[in-house]
Amino acid sequence: MRKNLNVIAAYSIMMVLILMVGIFQSWNIALSIFNLCLISAVMTMGANIQWGYAGLINFGIMGYTALGGLAAVLISVDPVQEAWRAGGFDILMSLWLIVVMVLVVRFILKRFEKSKIRTYSIAAIIISGILLIRFSAEPGIEAIEAVDPAKTGFLGGFGLPIIFSWIVGALFAGGLAFIIGKVALGLRADYLAIATLLISEIVIAIIKHEDWLTRGVKNVIGLKRPAPYEVDLQTTDWFINLVEKFHSGKLNLIENLADRQAALNQLVIEGSSVFVKLCYSGLFLVVVIILLILTQKALYSPWGRMMRAIRDNEEAANAMGKNVVKQHLLIFILGSAIVGIAGAMLVTQDGLFTPGSYRPMRYTFLIWVMVIVGGSGNNFGAILGGFVVWFLWIEAAPISLFLINFFTAGIPETNALKAHLIESVPYFRFLMMGLGLLLIMRYRPKGILPEKIEIK
Amino acid sequence: MDFVNAIILLLNYIFIPALTYGSQLALGAIFVTLIYGILRFANFATGDMMSFGTMITILFTWYFQSLGVSLGVLPTALIAIPFGIIFMILYMLLIDKFVFKYYRHQKSPPVQFAMVSIGVMFVTQAVVRIIIGPADRRFFDGEKFIIKAREFKEMTGLNEGLAIKSTQVLTIFVTIVLVSLLFWFLNKTKTGKSMKAYSDNEDLALLSGIDPKKIVLVTWVIAGILATIGGALYGLDKSFKPFTYFNNMLPIFAAAIVGGIGNPFGAFLGGYVIAFSEILLTYAYKKFFMYVLPESMEPDSLVQLLSTDYKFAVSFSILVIVLIYRPSGIFKGKVL
Repeated sequence: MRKNLNVIAAYSIMMVLILMVGIFQSWNIALSIFNLCLISAVMTMGANIQWGYAGLINFGIMGYTALGGLAAVLISVDPVQEAWRAGGFDILMSLWLIVVMVLVVRFILKRFEKSKIRTYSIAAIIISGILLIRFSAEPGIEAIEAVDPAKTGFLGGFGLPIIFSWIVGALFAGGLAFIIGKVALGLRADYLAIATLLISEIVIAIIKHEDWLTRGVKNVIGLKRPAPYEVDLQTTDWFINLVEKFHSGKLNLIENLADRQAALNQLVIEGSSVFVKLCYSGLFLVVVIILLILTQKALYSPWGRMMRAIRDNEEAANAMGKNVVKQHLLIFILGSAIVGIAGAMLVTQDGLFTPGSYRPMRYTFLIWVMVIVGGSGNNFGAILGGFVVWFLWIEAAPISLFLINFFTAGIPETNALKAHLIESVPYFRFLMMGLGLLLIMRYRPKGILPEKIEIK
Repeated sequence: MDFVNAIILLLNYIFIPALTYGSQLALGAIFVTLIYGILRFANFATGDMMSFGTMITILFTWYFQSLGVSLGVLPTALIAIPFGIIFMILYMLLIDKFVFKYYRHQKSPPVQFAMVSIGVMFVTQAVVRIIIGPADRRFFDGEKFIIKAREFKEMTGLNEGLAIKSTQVLTIFVTIVLVSLLFWFLNKTKTGKSMKAYSDNEDLALLSGIDPKKIVLVTWVIAGILATIGGALYGLDKSFKPFTYFNNMLPIFAAAIVGGIGNPFGAFLGGYVIAFSEILLTYAYKKFFMYVLPESMEPDSLVQLLSTDYKFAVSFSILVIVLIYRPSGIFKGKVL
């Protein structure tokens, strides 16, 4: 118990902060912060597995998040029959061509010795294959995008409940990680960072511009929800009764029946959105707890010890007969799959998929700040990092507004400098994150909750 | 005649824009490569440092414009650039003193440096946005075109116009001068040679009495010059927006690595490799073929290898391929 005191203290402070937001700002804001904290926690767990367990640097988090989001779209949206009829065949043919191309390349790689001719012929096959696919798929893509472009213009998905996408998102992200890991994991740490960053940009470029698959920058809105809709809740009897019971003390004070009804309506509207957010919180909490149990088990298993050995001294681990390459690939896939889950969760919560919103600042670097600040190698630390950093990211604007007003209290409102500072309040969050990261790296390089190795 | 038209078409839409863009990338890539070769880390704050230098240049440009100072046909920003450079160098030295120096003394691994540079990136981004805001800014004044497309058509009687913007000529000219000076400095002067030695083998260089403090200082000074001029030229040619500058970090990294990171000459060429491949692969050649081929063979489609949406993706794919097959870059890196 005493050993874990700092963990408990850190989490209690975090919870109190969120509760304070609930009390002073509103419960709606507090819960939306809490939900995004949970999603961030899932992302940091994925990054932490790669960086903290194995020392692999992955700056491609944004790409896996987006793929998870894409999974949510492909699973939950109903298929657009007309688009399938218009261009489905062409798309399937192109997919088939891609499969053939990959198989041919694999065959050549297996069959022939490494030589210049082999390299050039593979390059020729890939280039001609890409051209062939591009020109053969063109009419199909145009036909699909022409189908009611204002509403659909894409193939749609499978029409399944969106919850399934959390698993499919993990599979998508894991698949991408497999490909990237196969080609890039041999690179030195900082090269790997740059390569993964750029590959994630390629993924985003594809998601943004392949409208037939993702609707691109036209966004997909109104995704199905695993939680009830506010509008439905507001007309459901049991929910109204629940709200009435919950607020009975306050409502009984109002004498006038009409006023009371109006107050109740107001409370029901507020309550419905809080209730929906609570549903999400419950779902997310389940995911976080399951992942936490799994990752903790893995950390203290023989496999976890092996990963730490590989991280701390690759050559020694190799000499002991551990397959470093294979284990690196495995952990790269596992970590990315977890990030994919988070991506699907994020889109599930928002109910919309906006490829344009995936930016490396928010989805790669911020997550890294979370991992470093929280404590790499320690799952509780990583989750805490997700909470602390997301909380500050959201609350940075109010905090800095308060500070600016506090320090410039003597200066009149019309002062140009003060007005300028107040106008740029949203950007102080970058400053806060940067300074926080620099200070933590300097004075507490292992993070708020450092990794502890217990040898049992 | 058609053949000349085709050549002019390529010049106007591919060659000159690519040369300009490549020069801008090249300056950034040399900046990245110098930091990598001498201070030994991948600087993720590259784009934002460039935007900081450009921001100072813009502020001084506005100041000079308000004073009524101008260079006539040339943009006022040219007088402002030296001030931008001074502030940029001061900012870099400040950051080096408070942030990077500590890790250099600790002999931290490159990954930790990279993480720290992400912290610097956040801070710089905040500083730029707080001071000048995230909006798109144009600060070009003076004569916009050297040759206008219409004038060129009238002059030569060709169908295709050739438009040359003054910023394009300025960019290419300044890049050539700056890069020649830099290579002269690195190859001929004592300080330059000691920088090379330091980059090659730190311990040996220290043994032979090279002062590491001086090397670091000179590196940041050169970096400041390159970052500010590169950023300001990009801003003059296109426009200044902090987010674009942050994004430009990616093709700049690609250029530096493709050229062989640590090798300034490689980085210089890498900038053009990236720029030309981006533009060559995404240009629609329909009009070109209409001039070159006889009428019966004219293509119906746009004859575009990739849609322009994939501009960035092209350079990143090149980078990934280079990284996998030749991690030391086309021109063999790490020699300075």
